Amino acid sequence: MTTEVGSETEVKKEPEQAEEQPQTQVETEQRPEQQLVDGKQEQSAHSTDLKQVEEEQNTQESPSTQQKDTTAASEQVSPAPQEGRAGVEKKEEQSGSKGIARFLPPWLKKQKSQSHVEQKKSQLKEGETSKNQIQEKEEKSPPQSPFKQQSTEKEGEEARKDTSVEEKEENLIQDHQQSKQEETKVDEKEEEKLSVSSAETQPAKEDQKEEVVEKDSDVKVEDKKEEDTIQNTEVKTDRSIQKVPKKMKTFVCKVTLLDGTEYPCELEKRAKGQVLFTKICEHLNLLEKDYFGLTYRDNADQKNWLDPAKEIKRQIRSLPWQFAFNVKFYPPDPSQLTEDITRYFLCLQLRQDIAVGRLPCSFVTHALLGSYTLQAELGDYDSEEHRHDYISEFQFAPTQTKELEDKVVELHKTHRGLTPAQAEALFLENAKKLSMYGVDLHHAKDSEGVDIMLGVCANGLLIYKDRLRINRFAWPKILKISYKRSNFYIKIRPGETEQFESTIGFKLPNHRSAKRLWKVCVEHHTFFRLISPEQPPKAKFLTLGSKFRYSGRTQAQTRQASTLIDRPAPFFERTSSKRLSRSLDGVHHFTFPRSKSEGTGTKELKQLQAPAVSATEQILQQDSSAPAVSDLKAGFTDEDGKEPGSPYKPTLSPESKSTEKLKSEMGREQEIDTQETMVNEETTKMSAVSQRSESPSVAAKSAEGGEMKTQLREKKEETIVVRDVSTSSDSESEEEAEYRPQVARKDVDQIKEEPEENEYLPVRSLTSTAHVDVKIPVEEKEELEEKIEKGGMLGEEVYCTTAEEKEEPKVNGDVSHIDTDIVTQVICCSEPPVVKTEMVTISDAFASQKSEISTKEVPIVHTETKTITYEAAEVDGTGDSEPGVLMTAQTITSESVCTTTTTQITKTVKGGVSETRIEKRIVITGDADIDHDQALAQAIKEAKEQHPDMSVTRVVVHKETELTEEGDD
Amino acid sequence: MAGLTVGFGEYTHAIVRGVPASLPKEALRMNEANDDVDLARARREHELYVGVLMHKLGLQIVELPVDDSLPDSVFVEDAAVVCGDTALITRPGALGRRKETEIVKKALTDLHLNIVEMIDESATLDGGDVLFTGREFFVGLSKRTNQRGAEILADAFKDYAVSTVPIYDALHLKSFCSMAGPGLLVIGSSDGAQKALKVIQQMSDHRYDKLTIPDDAAANCIYLNIPNKGHVLLHSTPEEYPESSKVFERLKDHMLIPVPLTQMAKVDGSLSCCSILVNKRREM
Repeated sequence: MTTEVGSETEVKKEPEQAEEQPQTQVETEQRPEQQLVDGKQEQSAHSTDLKQVEEEQNTQESPSTQQKDTTAASEQVSPAPQEGRAGVEKKEEQSGSKGIARFLPPWLKKQKSQSHVEQKKSQLKEGETSKNQIQEKEEKSPPQSPFKQQSTEKEGEEARKDTSVEEKEENLIQDHQQSKQEETKVDEKEEEKLSVSSAETQPAKEDQKEEVVEKDSDVKVEDKKEEDTIQNTEVKTDRSIQKVPKKMKTFVCKVTLLDGTEYPCELEKRAKGQVLFTKICEHLNLLEKDYFGLTYRDNADQKNWLDPAKEIKRQIRSLPWQFAFNVKFYPPDPSQLTEDITRYFLCLQLRQDIAVGRLPCSFVTHALLGSYTLQAELGDYDSEEHRHDYISEFQFAPTQTKELEDKVVELHKTHRGLTPAQAEALFLENAKKLSMYGVDLHHAKDSEGVDIMLGVCANGLLIYKDRLRINRFAWPKILKISYKRSNFYIKIRPGETEQFESTIGFKLPNHRSAKRLWKVCVEHHTFFRLISPEQPPKAKFLTLGSKFRYSGRTQAQTRQASTLIDRPAPFFERTSSKRLSRSLDGVHHFTFPRSKSEGTGTKELKQLQAPAVSATEQILQQDSSAPAVSDLKAGFTDEDGKEPGSPYKPTLSPESKSTEKLKSEMGREQEIDTQETMVNEETTKMSAVSQRSESPSVAAKSAEGGEMKTQLREKKEETIVVRDVSTSSDSESEEEAEYRPQVARKDVDQIKEEPEENEYLPVRSLTSTAHVDVKIPVEEKEELEEKIEKGGMLGEEVYCTTAEEKEEPKVNGDVSHIDTDIVTQVICCSEPPVVKTEMVTISDAFASQKSEISTKEVPIVHTETKTITYEAAEVDGTGDSEPGVLMTAQTITSESVCTTTTTQITKTVKGGVSETRIEKRIVITGDADIDHDQALAQAIKEAKEQHPDMSVTRVVVHKETELTEEGDD
Repeated sequence: MAGLTVGFGEYTHAIVRGVPASLPKEALRMNEANDDVDLARARREHELYVGVLMHKLGLQIVELPVDDSLPDSVFVEDAAVVCGDTALITRPGALGRRKETEIVKKALTDLHLNIVEMIDESATLDGGDVLFTGREFFVGLSKRTNQRGAEILADAFKDYAVSTVPIYDALHLKSFCSMAGPGLLVIGSSDGAQKALKVIQQMSDHRYDKLTIPDDAAANCIYLNIPNKGHVLLHSTPEEYPESSKVFERLKDHMLIPVPLTQMAKVDGSLSCCSILVNKRREM
């Protein structure tokens, strides 16, 4: 470390001169995104979530792997997830701070510029491989030094952020000063790393790709110090976390546990939800934690789930740091849980649900469940010890009568001999049969303004009017879930006799509640429904979507992970439920209020159903660089430098854009240019990429077991887009058109997220997706924009559910997967000028996040495909579509190493002429062991043979590195 | 004990009520064109019915006194819905039948069931519209039963989901369907029946096997799970519905007992209408 001192000056000075140019560029590019990121995390681009999700996935998986080891190991494991989180956070902070740079005081700015400098330097210093060794040394150096660096770095970031964003400048400044020295060290170190990596290839085209770069560097250094390097980043973050409390700003939050006790937990200010959740689970000694979550109450006293992938602070905002640990997904069959301790917590939750009236029961059921509770908590009935009043300390029902208590005692006597675990198992066996078990109720109004309740559960969506179930939509019946402002929509698969899909709308009390419901639906669907391990692992597209997705494991995965639990049944003390009953504040009876929401029913359905398609045309014409949709992962960086993030953005017409309040106007043009050049670069870098693909996945090497391998696997993907436009469909775009992208069933099918060998990769599906729900009428756009800027969560999000599993078998080479009745089509576009600009605003969130500091090396072409998916509206069968209406579109997807997606779009242009365009997209996906060059050549050849007229419009190389290093240690 | 723990179809008691002399002339009927009811024959069939429950199946019979002022009172099912230890005393949709509930309530009270009464003046519910599948309730919204009645039922049996099924062409939900075993739904072939089936399937979290039979009326049968006898099914006779009987005969695991109900069928009576089955087996 001492050697570094000298370099400090170097770092600081060089950067300022040389960096200047790049930095500005970066800034402008990132601007728009910046706002999104800061202002409204909710609206921030997908990419963020993707990344986070992945991270989370990794973190969540780590425990399971660890579980293999003995219990001792498990303790070590626990920190891992946190590290992962922290890492992400850090990255985000950095990215966020960049855009703000210009507003920062010089001393703050320095740091930032340094990071850029580092990158530049790396370029300059190409060939400086000699530093390799130094780097290695550093890595080997005592744990503390890396940690320190990291933490200081972090502080710096925080400081920057705080100043720009809000409060507490002074503290941070202090911190910052303290750490200044260390920072310089950090910089230096990074610089060195960069140089090392840069030696190998050309400079990265984008400075922002640091994250990727980082990974690459790991790979390279690997030869020598496999373990250290690979895990380098993680290790650092790891340490930093452990020590963070000393230097970082921390908060104490309180978490009410299921036994009614309150557990204080100290957290770093910017900690993500996952950090807290992991801590709690550790405290509880809970391994099967995927069924649980943390909740907080908002100002309206509504229960919200803390998103593990997001910063806590951003979610709760000004609310008190008060959370509750709750069951989030009620397992339909609790007997399948692996551990008694998990069942115990589920019991505690259910007792609470019963006591507050959330889970209605008959008298006898109250009595029976109560008696099992007594047996579990007190053991066998003992007439001596259990005098008649012992029971009134427990709460068995919302209103507890003497009669009930007598009945409970009577039944308690019959349970003699049952162990606590047995009594709880019986409790659950009875509770699970209750009709409202695991049903999450939301107030709403139907289209006629009638008060109803929407219940989300494992099997789908239930509609209640008063206590009556008046309808039910199983997940397989639901094609799409969306919300728009305070309206919530579900699109229903046509029945046997029906020809068309139908959309049903509900009016929620407000936008927040609509979004909350939407999220809960997405999560439940994912958790309970997305379980298709038999699916081919490569078929994951998610062609739509908002940025929010369930980021945890699915039930299938958590079950599988649970089978790996190999520890002696943990001892835990059952706390008397009396405490529970006391801690409950307010009784929430199962009531169906008659009037809660404002406004009347939603009658916009028709509108939604028959959107003017003209907007679509615009989009259609702009072809997309085929998004390497599948398998995109953490290392996903935006090639275009933009990410379509919020759904509605794409609809913005140029004019509306101008009215946008987003600041990065000037940045836009630049950006466009950048994009183009980038595309070129992409192609040229093909070779580099393929080289790269040959480098075996580092992670796999270092991994100990198969499980690890999958986690750490490095992915590479190449996309070729071959497009043949028989008629140019340009120029039909109408801005005023209201347009609704729908996801074709095909694509829906593809949404499936399958576990790959115990690995959960929800993110990949997100990739392509600019989930665009673009049907917002023009007039509304501005309004929306404004709201967004205010940081409100707004907008419209759509979630397409997967079709019934049997309907979507995706076999290799199965080309016949066509559904004629589906007219909707998804088209991906990324290049169109108009859209581009629009995308700018959104996309940057992504890009900035990607720009990590850690820049160990740079070499590879890391390209990211941004894709916006537009979906044409469906055509009604009568065929009298309006001019410019999409008539038919179908997608055929076949799959092997290559995924070929052929999209045929026929539409009527004005004047009744129909035109057909065939768009073929070939995605070559594979791990490092595929010869991508060859595959690419072959694919192009074949495509040419089939369609001599076709031209290759785009080749996108997309390389993905998983962000899994934190996996194990 | 708890409704949740009792096996489906396990009953110990049956509440029945004799055929009033006023039935042939005054009992309500959907189709006025039906033949006149032969009172004597109706009574014989009813005795046979009660005899099967009592002697063949060993149920304790609670026989309510015949009341000629209540022509439909033989159809006790409409007066109460019993599930587990809870009995909901209904408010029959037909004005003239409201008084039928009084004595039924008393009988159920004597059996120490938890009595819930439907006090709401706006609610109506006939027991014949209530199908309990063992896991949930379906309530037909018919001329006799309204939404409010269904709500009150849902309130009375909180453990279970209660879904509503619109009924168009039939008197009651159970005029064309019933349970023939755990998870086995017998359903008639008419459009109305099939429509209702669709609703049932859509609304349910559970999957039911279905047994489709040609005649709607024959789809009303009584399933019991009797110790040492297993699955028992009382269903219509081959004389009445030959085709439907053939379908029932395919149920190899069931003890099939054809029970004629030729006369009361003319006033829309069916097998399940004539009894309220109760389980008072002491819980373990």
